[in-house]
Amino acid sequence: MVPFISLKGVCKSYDQFLALDRIDLDVAPGEVVCIIGPSGSGKSTLVRCVNLLEQFGPGDISVGGIPVRVGKDLAAVRAEVGMVFQSFNLFPHMSVKRNVMLAPMRIRKLDEATAAARAMALLQRVGIAEQAEKYPGQLSGGQQQRVAIARALAMEPKALLFDEPTSALDPEMVGEVLDVMRGLAHTGVTMIVVTHEMGFARQVADRVIVMDGGRIIEAGTPAEVFDHPTQQRTRDFLKAILAH
Amino acid sequence: MDIVKTFFNGAVLLESLPLLLTGLWVTIQLGVASIVAGLILGLAVALLRIYGPGPIAAIAKVYIDIFRSIPILVLLILVYYALPFVGIRLTSFWAAWSALTFVSGAYTAEIFRAGIEAIPKGQFEASEALGLGYRYMMVDVVLPQAIRIVIPPLTNNCINVIKDTALASVVAMPDLLKQATQAQALAANPTPLIGAAVIYIALLWPLVALVSRLEARFRRGIS
Repeated sequence: MVPFISLKGVCKSYDQFLALDRIDLDVAPGEVVCIIGPSGSGKSTLVRCVNLLEQFGPGDISVGGIPVRVGKDLAAVRAEVGMVFQSFNLFPHMSVKRNVMLAPMRIRKLDEATAAARAMALLQRVGIAEQAEKYPGQLSGGQQQRVAIARALAMEPKALLFDEPTSALDPEMVGEVLDVMRGLAHTGVTMIVVTHEMGFARQVADRVIVMDGGRIIEAGTPAEVFDHPTQQRTRDFLKAILAH
Repeated sequence: MDIVKTFFNGAVLLESLPLLLTGLWVTIQLGVASIVAGLILGLAVALLRIYGPGPIAAIAKVYIDIFRSIPILVLLILVYYALPFVGIRLTSFWAAWSALTFVSGAYTAEIFRAGIEAIPKGQFEASEALGLGYRYMMVDVVLPQAIRIVIPPLTNNCINVIKDTALASVVAMPDLLKQATQAQALAANPTPLIGAAVIYIALLWPLVALVSRLEARFRRGIS
């Protein structure tokens, strides 16, 4: 099968520090991949390279067969790939509905009424339609993150990147965001999720990838990785996570 | 000597009022024209300074530094008295307008730059991830947020520009101050000067109060 997202020998360094060290990763269309690992292991850097929020090199990344690099193809890649950030990054000066409408109107050239109808449908889907006219600052963290997911979905992306989407949330709000993400999995959209939520990874991922020191040290089904890790570093990491 | 008769002479004031009002009109025209041009110039210079390629950004920085260092009065006299030697002859209005615009543009550029740089990195990243592209990112996301941040310092800058229009009287422009000194000479009484001072204060006090209110609101953290 042709992978939808493909990384080949991707490296990324900051000054002397090698953040990504020859990463090879193929993600099939519709697959849900969860990336776990200690902080500083390169998980976030990896997903941020996929839509070129981080420059990388050497190495190659392609999305839907389009090479990811600076140039006119970049807009096509970014239109195909939605992203959800740890810190939501909603536009604070626009209503929730406007946040969701903006990109489809500007890039897909939808008219106002169509964009508004679609935004409302998406807000309904993430369970937040009644807040449509509010501003992001008036919502809880969990609600803001659900709006951010709706905003990413508004471009009808074929892939979604989640960069620690629940790490900035109060514990009681983690569940509502994970529920929305669970609802998206296996609907055809390809997902790469950087997360510390091991329960979510175990339950939803098709494949779990463990990173450490800028490398992929282990990959497999949730059962393989969580129940029969082959690497000592994976065992140490899982033990540390489960200990608290 | 009667202080009221000397400084607050009603008859003299009434007589000089038409002259003062024509001066006020010139002052307002010069102020508004310089403020508008300075805003446009400042925004352009700020964008070049932040996003322009190396050499252009460097030129923008040099421009900002020079025009923030030069006293406006010196610049005005250079424009009005020195430029004719190279064949550039400006009327007193346009000489004052260009001096005020170039200086205001430099200050405005720094204000806009601070405003744009105050926008969190996440806003740029979210715009890029959506594929908005540079133009929509600036127009829809960054500038509307930056404008809120820069409104108090920009209003302050407007106040300064209007105050500095009075320097134009040095190059014989018939602004409020110039007309007041003329009226004073005519009437042999300083009341028109007092009148001009009161008009300046009446014009700018509301703006000063507005800046204070905006700053207070900003400190409380509107988002």
